[in-house]
Amino acid sequence: MTDIWIVVVVVGVATMLFKSAGPMFLGTRPLPPRVRSVVELLAPVMLTALVVTQTFGAGEAVAVDARVPGVAAGAVAVWRGVHLIPAMVIGAVVTALARQLGA
Amino acid sequence: MRRVRVAIRHRVVAVIRPARISHQASKFSVVPLADPSAPRFRDGVRAALPLAPAPFLFGLSFGVLADAAGIGVVAATVMSSTTFAGSAQFAIASVFEDGGTALAAILAAVFLNARYAAISITVAPIVPGNRLHRFFRSQLIVDESWALSGRSGRFQWPVLAGAGLLLYVLWVAATPLGALVGSAIDDIDALGLDAAFAILFLALAAPYLRNRRAPQAAGLAVVITLVLLPVAPVGVPIVAAAAACLIGLRE
Repeated sequence: MTDIWIVVVVVGVATMLFKSAGPMFLGTRPLPPRVRSVVELLAPVMLTALVVTQTFGAGEAVAVDARVPGVAAGAVAVWRGVHLIPAMVIGAVVTALARQLGA
Repeated sequence: MRRVRVAIRHRVVAVIRPARISHQASKFSVVPLADPSAPRFRDGVRAALPLAPAPFLFGLSFGVLADAAGIGVVAATVMSSTTFAGSAQFAIASVFEDGGTALAAILAAVFLNARYAAISITVAPIVPGNRLHRFFRSQLIVDESWALSGRSGRFQWPVLAGAGLLLYVLWVAATPLGALVGSAIDDIDALGLDAAFAILFLALAAPYLRNRRAPQAAGLAVVITLVLLPVAPVGVPIVAAAAACLIGLRE
């Protein structure tokens, strides 16, 4: 409970400061190019890491299980331009079926 | 009775009015003279309407995942109304669901949201009002409202405000609903929802991969995460993967 509220407060304050950084503090002065190119890569890098842990993570271990065919099916759907929500449903159904089959 | 109501109304108006006046003033002094076709607040709401199902369903999904991660409905809703950034909130829930620490959850979310510092600079000139107003108004910046507000080739505050507010209301309202749905589901893994959230992260990452160095950095992040998963405490592999963005330092 306490841990969760610490996260809620710290992340909330940090995000509010990030979002107001330009309009409140930095004005229109652009970030140095090198800083900008690092910051621009943060979102894709972190999201990619989350794809990996959400697909292969099993506590402190790597597992290849029923999630893999589901994520693969959803990835193909996203790649083919299927809207995100249907793609998530496809992935969930494939994984649920694979689990039923005992994968 | 009537006097009380007036007093209450008066007090509310007094709180809201400074924002109204500065907003209207900028509209009336700039818009009708310079450009009668300039967008208004409602144009922003209208621009975001086609997107409306997505943030609502995301909000529901976040509520479901938050419930599975042991984040209570109140904490999840407070998080949606203060952080208001989908990917970071999903990251926090994902770390907690796997049994990671608060520190790992915080770092993952802060790394994800650092991009808003860069984004907010691009709209700094258009956010109106004094410093305090700009602070609160800039909270309406999310990826979607920002993208919509820049569609015409230059950023327009009324579009950002209208779209941002619609997305905010949907996101915050859907979160407790999702938590309720989640509490009715015994085991989200049996429904394959763990795979669905992996696809969510994948789809959120996809648009960024057009950035020149992003595919390389993402590949490195995959390697770091896979190598650390079996040996590092839960949550640490995600945080360590942030090092992959140092590729951006290269000329």
